[in-house]
Amino acid sequence: MTEKSAPDAQDGTRGPRGKVRLREHVMGWLFVGPFGIVFLALLIAPLAYALYLSLFQKRLIGGTGFVFLDNYVKAFTDPSFLSGSWFVIRFSLVSIPLQIIVALAMALILDAVTSLFTRFSRLMIFLPYAIPTVIGAVMWGFLYSRSFGPLTDLFTLFGATPPDLLGSNLIFYGLVNIVTWQWAGYYMIILYAALQGIDPALYEAARMDGAGKWQVALRIKIPLIAPALFLILVFSLIGTLQFFNEPQILRSLAAGTIGPDFTPNMYAYQQAFALANFNYGSAISFALGGIVFVGVYAFLFFTRKRRSFL
Amino acid sequence: MISDRPRAAARPRPQRRPRHRPQRHLPLQVLLGFLVVYFLLPFWWVVVNSSKDAPGLFGGGNTLWFADRIDYLGNLGQLFTHDNGIYGRWILNSTLYACAGGVGATVLAVLAGYGFAKYRFAARRFSFSLVLGALMVPATALVIPTFMMFSEFGLTNTIWAVILPSLLNPFGVYLMHVYARDAVPDEILDAARADGAGELRTFLRVALPLMRPAVVTVLLLSAVASWNNYFLPLAMLSDNRLFPVTVGLGLWQGIASANNAGGTSLWSLIIMGALVSVVPLVIAFFTLQRHWRGGLSVGGLR
Repeated sequence: MTEKSAPDAQDGTRGPRGKVRLREHVMGWLFVGPFGIVFLALLIAPLAYALYLSLFQKRLIGGTGFVFLDNYVKAFTDPSFLSGSWFVIRFSLVSIPLQIIVALAMALILDAVTSLFTRFSRLMIFLPYAIPTVIGAVMWGFLYSRSFGPLTDLFTLFGATPPDLLGSNLIFYGLVNIVTWQWAGYYMIILYAALQGIDPALYEAARMDGAGKWQVALRIKIPLIAPALFLILVFSLIGTLQFFNEPQILRSLAAGTIGPDFTPNMYAYQQAFALANFNYGSAISFALGGIVFVGVYAFLFFTRKRRSFL
Repeated sequence: MISDRPRAAARPRPQRRPRHRPQRHLPLQVLLGFLVVYFLLPFWWVVVNSSKDAPGLFGGGNTLWFADRIDYLGNLGQLFTHDNGIYGRWILNSTLYACAGGVGATVLAVLAGYGFAKYRFAARRFSFSLVLGALMVPATALVIPTFMMFSEFGLTNTIWAVILPSLLNPFGVYLMHVYARDAVPDEILDAARADGAGELRTFLRVALPLMRPAVVTVLLLSAVASWNNYFLPLAMLSDNRLFPVTVGLGLWQGIASANNAGGTSLWSLIIMGALVSVVPLVIAFFTLQRHWRGGLSVGGLR
């Protein structure tokens, strides 16, 4: 980038330009440099290395050879990878809207009603965020368990068969529940903070115009916190597509329900660490990363909200 | 722009609520009550069941209420003595990883965020768009490649394998950039420079105090991210004395479910272990809530 195209620089206010310019370059890079090194070493380098590795294949005869895109062809025709990808996509479509609706409803309630109890509730609802996802999954695994969970007691009380949330029919919803429990409170806090930032004069004006509470919520509050909603949507999408912790933890409890290829990430983990097939594991990682990146970027682009977020 | 900063409480604020609205909204509060019960249910289960021994757990009593014998201390003792006190090690490891990763990532993010916000240097726009692009790279996609790279240098199965990757926090840089741009006026920096303060001094004495709420937030977020991390240490570490508590409990859970009958004594340890492992973060969140509440709104609001 040249000096001329530097954006909104306040040139001319700081004495001799050339000297100031050079100093700005040096100081800027001194501040950004340490992060830049980490960025290169731990993001760019692994990505480049993964790309490189993913172009090779270990053969029975002749050692490791260059195969160009064969691993990717293999991945995108591999039923395990495809079914895992399909699972996380379906899972995103169900769990993300649910989490956001729950979080939004809670944030709107907490914004509208102020009492000691709502302040207490806000903290309690946020609490699961402080719990590692692994521990959250362990806890819910207990609650779902037929040997020491409360579901069995509850359902036998009414003479019904308890649902097996770790069984293959319901595991999807079992996981949706865990994820919602884990993240809805965090999203609620972000939305709540955004709601608190709205100028109350707007509500007063709306009331003067005869708007009811619902109209204020739908027409003023939600549109004004749209950027925060959007941010949450993007982050939950990135998080959900790389789903790993919860199904990996529940695997030992839900024997037979959750296979090693349940999600693409679990499949990559299995390929790399259980089967020592690092080339194919890298290819899956890279393909997954690519899908997430392209998917999110396309989403940002098409919703044309890019500027409000970035 | 950036609302509800913790400091804002000290300043005169535009009156948030008109006085004449002391409405109770009873149905909403009841609904909220149900939600609170839902969100607390797993904690309640763990608090109750960590008081039970194996017979109490599997004896078929009420799973949501205490058994006749309440034995927190016995279970705690067992938890910290089992397998030569490996659990205590896991907690210490988690603390080390969270502190080192959190502090390191925060320092880097604060410096870079401030640099991006306040200096017009060469390739600034390009580098910043790289950082923004990195927000969209899924963290787990980096784990296997990083493992491969670290194994070339013999870094796997060491504490560095967990700490170094935690230093990368593009979201923290983004957050600090937004905050520094909005909360640190250029005029103040120029005034400090005019008074003869060097760039570093200007940053430390003038800008940093103004950025404090966001610094605390980034520190908390990155420490929590390190504490919660599972995939990275699971892939990197094979020596269970280096495990953080997440991987350790996952290991125990796998063992306990694998031998259903013989694992019964382990289950009470896992339940107690889950309880103990959440206590530090819950305390941290409650005591520091004044700080993080404000900072969280930074990223979402523009």
